[in-house]
Amino acid sequence: MRIVLEIWRQRGAREGGRFVRYEVPDVNEHMSFLEMLDVLNGRLVEKGEDPVAFDSDCREGICGTCGFLVNGEAHGPLRNATICQTHMRHFSDGDTLRLEPWRAAAFPVIKDLVVDRSALDRIIAAGGYVSVRAGSAPEANAILVPKTEADRAMEAAACIGCGACVAACPNASAALFTGAKISHLGTLPQGQPERPLRVLSMTTQAREERFGHCTTIGECAAVCPAGIQLEVIARMNRDFIKATLGYREDAEPVAVVPRTSALRGHEAEPGRGQDRSVRPDQPAQPNRTGS
Amino acid sequence: MALDARIPEGPIEKKWERRKYEMKLVNPANKRRHRLIVVGTGLAGGAAAASLGELGYEVLSFCFQDSPRRAHSIAAQGGINAAKNYQNDGDSVLRLFYDTVKGGDFRSREANVYRLAELSVNIIDQCAAQGVPFAREYGGELANRSFGGALVSRTFYARGQTGQQLLLGAYQALQRQVAAGTVRQFPRTEMLELVVVDGRARGIVVRDLVTGRISSYAADAVVLCTGGYGNVFYLSTNARGCNCTAIWRAYRKGAYFANPCYTQIHPTCIPRSGEYQSKLTLMSESLRNDGRVWVPKRKGDARSPDQIPDAERDYYLERIYPTYGNLAPRDIASRAAKNVCDEGRGVGPGGLGVYLDFRDAFARLGRKVLDERYGNLFEMYERITGDDPHDVPMRIYPAVHYTMGGLWVDYDLMTTIPGLFVGGEANFSDHGANRLGASALMQGLADGYFILPYTVGDYIAHGGLAKVDTSHAAFRDAEREVAARTDRFLSIRGTKPVDHFHRELGALLWNDCGMARTKASLEHALREIPPIREAFYRDLRVTGSGEELNNELERAGRVADYFELAELLCFDALHRNESAGGHFRVEYQTPDGEARRNDDEFAYVAAWEWKGPDTAPALHKEPLEFQYVPLQQRSYK
Amino acid sequence: MAVEARAVVRPGRVSRAGALWRSVIGKKALMAVTGAILFLYVFFHLLGNLQIFTGPEQINRYAALLRVSPQLLWTARVILLVAVCVHAVAGAQLFLLAREARPVAYQDFRPIVSSTASRTMIWSGLLILAFVVYHVLDLTVGVVNPSFQEGDVYHNVLATFGRAVGVIAYVVAMVALGFHLWHGLWSMFQSLGFANRRAAPTIQRFAVTMAVILTLGFSAIPMAVLVGILRP
Ligand SMILES: Cc1cc2nc3c(=O)[nH]c(=O)nc-3n(C[C@H](O)[C@H](O)[C@H](O)COP(=O)(O)OP(=O)(O)OC[C@H]3O[C@@H](n4cnc5c(N)ncnc54)[C@H](O)[C@@H]3O)c2cc1C
Ligand code: HEM
Ligand code: HEM
Ligand code: SF4
Ligand code: F3S
Ligand code: FES
Repeated sequence: MRIVLEIWRQRGAREGGRFVRYEVPDVNEHMSFLEMLDVLNGRLVEKGEDPVAFDSDCREGICGTCGFLVNGEAHGPLRNATICQTHMRHFSDGDTLRLEPWRAAAFPVIKDLVVDRSALDRIIAAGGYVSVRAGSAPEANAILVPKTEADRAMEAAACIGCGACVAACPNASAALFTGAKISHLGTLPQGQPERPLRVLSMTTQAREERFGHCTTIGECAAVCPAGIQLEVIARMNRDFIKATLGYREDAEPVAVVPRTSALRGHEAEPGRGQDRSVRPDQPAQPNRTGS
Repeated sequence: MALDARIPEGPIEKKWERRKYEMKLVNPANKRRHRLIVVGTGLAGGAAAASLGELGYEVLSFCFQDSPRRAHSIAAQGGINAAKNYQNDGDSVLRLFYDTVKGGDFRSREANVYRLAELSVNIIDQCAAQGVPFAREYGGELANRSFGGALVSRTFYARGQTGQQLLLGAYQALQRQVAAGTVRQFPRTEMLELVVVDGRARGIVVRDLVTGRISSYAADAVVLCTGGYGNVFYLSTNARGCNCTAIWRAYRKGAYFANPCYTQIHPTCIPRSGEYQSKLTLMSESLRNDGRVWVPKRKGDARSPDQIPDAERDYYLERIYPTYGNLAPRDIASRAAKNVCDEGRGVGPGGLGVYLDFRDAFARLGRKVLDERYGNLFEMYERITGDDPHDVPMRIYPAVHYTMGGLWVDYDLMTTIPGLFVGGEANFSDHGANRLGASALMQGLADGYFILPYTVGDYIAHGGLAKVDTSHAAFRDAEREVAARTDRFLSIRGTKPVDHFHRELGALLWNDCGMARTKASLEHALREIPPIREAFYRDLRVTGSGEELNNELERAGRVADYFELAELLCFDALHRNESAGGHFRVEYQTPDGEARRNDDEFAYVAAWEWKGPDTAPALHKEPLEFQYVPLQQRSYK
Repeated sequence: MAVEARAVVRPGRVSRAGALWRSVIGKKALMAVTGAILFLYVFFHLLGNLQIFTGPEQINRYAALLRVSPQLLWTARVILLVAVCVHAVAGAQLFLLAREARPVAYQDFRPIVSSTASRTMIWSGLLILAFVVYHVLDLTVGVVNPSFQEGDVYHNVLATFGRAVGVIAYVVAMVALGFHLWHGLWSMFQSLGFANRRAAPTIQRFAVTMAVILTLGFSAIPMAVLVGILRP
């Protein structure tokens, strides 16, 4: 079948972009969407043109690397699936498809359809973990977890970190992503000690990263390939309100991971002679069990 | 020359304890003065970088994906083994050890495998404490399932996403250290060279994949956890980005490469549907519990499967292996599928596929029962192929899945270059000639959380590390070399994209050095690889520049290294005149078609030393002794 | 690409309400609480207003009743005023924030599940705000009413709805209110963390029902005047 593509082409972060029209006249319906782009790119290279840059790795919907909008829908028309899991049989001969990168202040475009999602890593760094040193863990069955809770934690933990929720949200909010991690850890007994601080730190970080807020529009859950549900946001909100109202004077302040200009690239030798404000033997967030 | 693995003395169950006791310790106040480089953020690298950071070292963590959470470990589905014996079904460290040595077809190192089995227990504790949402029983205890034909239930799992959840645990631990300032992470950064100073690994040269900038990082030790090289075959179940570049560069700098020919081929993958195919997808082996594998009896039978009566179907696994039937082990099932397809009886486009049919199971158990068992797999299959397994039989075909070979390491996971450590799939250790299901995750995490943090520390504590920084000539030279290589790809200005050559190489390797290898096929491959490689360097087209995000350029570098690795792989396969695990030489089989090992001549690890381009590599042998698990022949009839 | 991160500490401690106001989730919670207050007000306002159908005496008596205690009246007015201010300022701030969060708009964006109401809260809210100002000037202060008579609510209302402008202004505002509450009443539960997958359908049904009742209920009055059910 014949597919017409209108693809956002942008050479670099600081340059403007525009849609460019391409035609792939001989698309096989069994191709995956990304394989169709591979074919296009192969031809562009043969013609000496710059191929379309897009991210992908696992190509089976689990790594969260791929993603862009197809005709205004994050990850394309297939629900509960990433774009790498979408095959061309879901389109028709002669379709015109417009491919646009995720757009958000927190996700600057690097090139064409590739964006920088490191803001999501920093949200996790701000508190999306259970502090446990390798080797210090108790016997696994010493802490029992009811099956229903384990299943619910797993449901929330399934987030693949693709950023489609941000892309689809009219407010460019990372609430679904952040809520998923907070719900995952907050459901398990292992996550309880750090629960109030986790929600304060992670949501503060999300704000620092310039993600918008959530007004319960619900587009995020509709495009989420991992099936994360809106209730994780409610849970995050409740945890947040509880933690804020339960704010104790002696509680640790909220740590924030600074947003570095991630596009700056490497320093010649970063860290050399640099005075680090936190030394390894003085962890940044001591006894975070406080609140 | 015989290689010394530096295995501690004493009885096997005391070796690791003894080794840990003998280790020197680094003064805690000095740890942050030691910088360590960890390349790779999969289970092995992520866990190692996080643990070393926790200990207080200054750690630099690199990966080529845009986030450490996307390392290929994320894709593992089945589960992770551990000798917890929670099911009270007779499991023990000793039994897991035994199963792993036997499963590896007696080509692994006993001491390492024992340690792996021992540490498996701690891994589960660690991961559960991190909040990995393992499956649970109603009583709140961890659930297990049996996997890969094991007679005990020792596999822990988190839905069908075990690798993802374990990796997220390690990733979160890593991010915690990033926030604490002990780890600095470099995503979208590819290691392109190892720097060796005074015979020790002292740093790496990397390319920033966004800006294209080439720069160096110096350190006191370098840890590579860069995953497997299955993509040398072009099509495999590995992610697109998986590559051998990091270990290949280390190999060229003097680290030995062990057992490159041991390749695991998984029998139940979705067959390729056309020339454009970019990767293959694994379907869980559990499908073989209820599905029956068959092909038409007649060659080139083009009828649709429901038109073929039972009498004209060949349920070949049940026919050849009456006892195990459809459950024959991975390598055997894979080879059988290849044989029937070679006879021209394969099904689907290109004749490369066999049916996995649930018709009888539906009739016997009903749709509801089967959907409970395999519903998500049926859906995944339908999503990819557009066929509904409820109506038509699935089509499956074997695909490259895992590589048991890798850089040679001693008991401490250190290579022949002092200061260079390798963990996870990138090293050759623990699995021998074949890997059992659910044991790669176990090995990656054992290396990362519990072995490397000790052994790297011991290396540092032994001192003798001169002050070296990136102004050293070795770094400048390495950077120049990397830049020259990059420029070369850009300046060929031929006519064909990288994938064209990679496909060609992969097809050749798959045919000649895939599921069944012969002396003739291997010699053929060794003859054919150089012309493809020359064509690559003559006719490659990489557009754009080196100063920007350039996927084609990245791939060109990886494929260039694959060409060299492919030769070594065939070379190793050719020298190993026996069949063992993932290496099947047609000449060496029992009369009924089983792999025939030659323990007298080949019970060793083949570690290859780079001798320069166009020169044959030198073979070093590490003899393998089996004191605890007696050598025996596998049989599945 | 290097991503460096060092922990830094956010200085300053603030009061609990201040902490809520400073954070986006907290601000949203405050909007939900004030929204709930405003909702309760309009709900009871509707019940009160519907008395108009029982004739001028009843409604005028009711209006007089509301004025029996000036303290109570002014307490209520202050609460309402504060609620509207907090609600509107927070809403406006969050709206601006969301615009900042996506500086470059999509060329082509296709909502999949969301209602128009959910994506236009700020506009329905502003319409309501404008309406309330007009409405207070019209029926409480009387300056824009064509023939305002202190104390004769029945007359005033009929005077307003005797003109097309009045009817249109009110009906448009009522539709805006319906839209606002259709999404707002559901979002309120989500913002305060009371929603979950089991409760969500019920909450959504409640929101829609209330939105419809309020819109139709309020609109009934101008309509009744228009078709002549209510006559001077
Ligand atoms: C589909 C599939 C299913 C599987 N299922 C199971 C299972 O159920 N159970 C099981 O035990 N095993 C399973 N395996 C095997 C197992 O997943 C892998 O062997 C294991 O995860 C490898 O982990 P690793 O840490 O060694 O490497 P990876 O997870 O592959 O990580 C490699 C890392 O190295 C980095 N890297 C590589 N090269 C460079 C470079 N040049 N420069 C910078 N960074 C680099 C990458 O960015 C990445 O971070 C499965 C494998 C596949 C493919
Ligand atoms: C009678 C008057 C009003 C009522 C009953 C009301 C009710 C509500 C409710 C219940 C919400 C949901 C809160 C939440 O999601 O947590 C809401 C949201 C909102 N309101 Fe109002 N509101 C009123 C007036 C206004 C006014 C005057 C504005 C003017 C600016 C306004 C702007 C908003 C906005 C922008 C939101 C969306 C907030 C968000 O989801 O981010 N509202 N309103
Ligand atoms: C048909 C619809 C409506 C009618 C007939 C109506 C009628 C009135 C009347 C008669 C008063 C004056 C009461 C008095 O001064 O004693 C009043 C006051 C008021 N109404 Fe309405 N109203 C309507 C809809 C609304 C709506 C939808 C809102 C809110 C969004 C609203 C908000 C108010 C407010 C804030 C006051 C001022 C209360 C005060 O005096 O403090 N009204 N209304
Ligand atoms: S919540 Fe869903 S859409 Fe958002 S990052 Fe996670 S998987 Fe992607
Ligand atoms: S779409 Fe956006 S507004 Fe909230 S519910 Fe989802 S984050
Ligand atoms: S490429 Fe991994 S999710 Fe699409």
